[in-house]
Amino acid sequence: MGGYFSEILYGSKSLLVGMGITFREFFKPTVTVQYPYQTIKMSARFRGHIELIADAEGKPKCVVCGMCERACPSGCITLGSTSVEVEVDGKVKKKKILSKYELDFTKCSLCGQCVENCNFGALEFSKEYNLASTRKEDFHFNLLKRLEERNA
Amino acid sequence: MSAPIQLRPDETFILNVGPQHPATHGVLRVKMQMDGEYIVKSETVLGYVHRMHEKMGENRTYAQFLPNLSRLDYLGALGYTHGHVLAIERAAGIEVPERAEYIRAITVELNRVASHLFWFGAFVMDLGGFSPLMYAIQDREHILDMLEAVTGARLTYCYYRFGGLYNDVDDNFIEAAKRFIPRMRKSLKKYDALVTGNIIFRKRLEGIAPVSAEMCRKYGATGPVARGSGINFDVRKNEPYSVYPEFDFDIPVYHECDSLARYRVRMDEMEQSLRIIEQGLEKLPDGPFMAEKKPKTIKLPVGDYYQAVETARGSFGIRIVSDGDKNAYRLKLRSPTYSNMHLFDEACEGMLIMDALAFMGSLDLVIPEIDR
Repeated sequence: MGGYFSEILYGSKSLLVGMGITFREFFKPTVTVQYPYQTIKMSARFRGHIELIADAEGKPKCVVCGMCERACPSGCITLGSTSVEVEVDGKVKKKKILSKYELDFTKCSLCGQCVENCNFGALEFSKEYNLASTRKEDFHFNLLKRLEERNA
Repeated sequence: MSAPIQLRPDETFILNVGPQHPATHGVLRVKMQMDGEYIVKSETVLGYVHRMHEKMGENRTYAQFLPNLSRLDYLGALGYTHGHVLAIERAAGIEVPERAEYIRAITVELNRVASHLFWFGAFVMDLGGFSPLMYAIQDREHILDMLEAVTGARLTYCYYRFGGLYNDVDDNFIEAAKRFIPRMRKSLKKYDALVTGNIIFRKRLEGIAPVSAEMCRKYGATGPVARGSGINFDVRKNEPYSVYPEFDFDIPVYHECDSLARYRVRMDEMEQSLRIIEQGLEKLPDGPFMAEKKPKTIKLPVGDYYQAVETARGSFGIRIVSDGDKNAYRLKLRSPTYSNMHLFDEACEGMLIMDALAFMGSLDLVIPEIDR
């Protein structure tokens, strides 16, 4: 019989202790952010999808070596190049110029192997995260076009 | 008016829990043969999120397989990537700078605390308490912010590289981690008063769902499930790897074998992880975070390699059979929850359904990790 009453006592006490804790939480400052009215700044190392980096002239730094294409685990990068003749020190040389840089973001796992394997510093991570869409085509990025749009 | 349906006294029915059910925390299906509210027999059905990670590992180079490891267990991803890089480094003979190993240990332990916090919240929510989940997520958010600033991702990290790390930690991270430790200790006291002492919580767990040490050995259960059954086994102590021998920490073991024991093991483990983080931050040496001598494309010598690590859920093993090529000939992932889950069928026989669901919560299942 004594066990019965002591258990009721213990139980009521434990519930009151718990309620005391939740009650105190009422008066703590709010920690949530009212998205989409408020947003948080992404950290410097945040890995979004990749973006091409432009040189001083606004042209992509990319030299179409294809390292990112080969390093990608999911094969979501497709490169295209055109060959042009440029004059360097009076000699005519052939040079590859980037004509297509497509990223299939539906397959990308944001591992960052492409950025790491780039020896020319031509790729960076975007801070973009509002990428929701109901259409698959919205995730096939033409990075060259995006770069031109940013330059404009 | 028709007569009420009369069941024969010995008649049983089949109850289908899942594949989409909040109590299974993922796409796990459990077929239960029920006698009223009691379980006669249960059968877990797997394979709803099978993604062929092992086969992918055999078709990709070792470096390309890195992002896959964090997709196994989305709550404690760093532990799994740690196992992979350790296996490759040992096989290829890559020397890892000490600073990198310390940072690995600190981040893995932070990730373990984050994983246990989420488990704690979800487990109490399984039992009907909602507030602890909110408090746990609030604490976990601090860890995720810290790890995001360092690794660039919040859940599916791809931070470790063969021979070191993707990026060094900065002073902000160290400051934030130092601030986090006392905060978390205070929170652990709060959880103890709010949940562990609660009469309803105790009545639903104490003495319920006993899993004997023998059963744990039979099914190969590891981690908090085995330690809640009195088996003192932790890969960090028994087969030390990385810089764990340098740290002073205890392995919490409980002998009660019930759901409460498994709960207590995890709560104590968080405190021990905090101790490791504290010591790691104190001892953190200066130096490079990436090995200088490292082959560009990694080819393992012909052979058979195995590395086990202690993740938040138990002992995770990775076995690589190499034929000298750029990718593995055979890659086998030994995931801890796969073994932990299989004792559910035997242990829940004769149990009330509500107790069985609480028991399932105490096993801390992450389904993508079971199916791989």
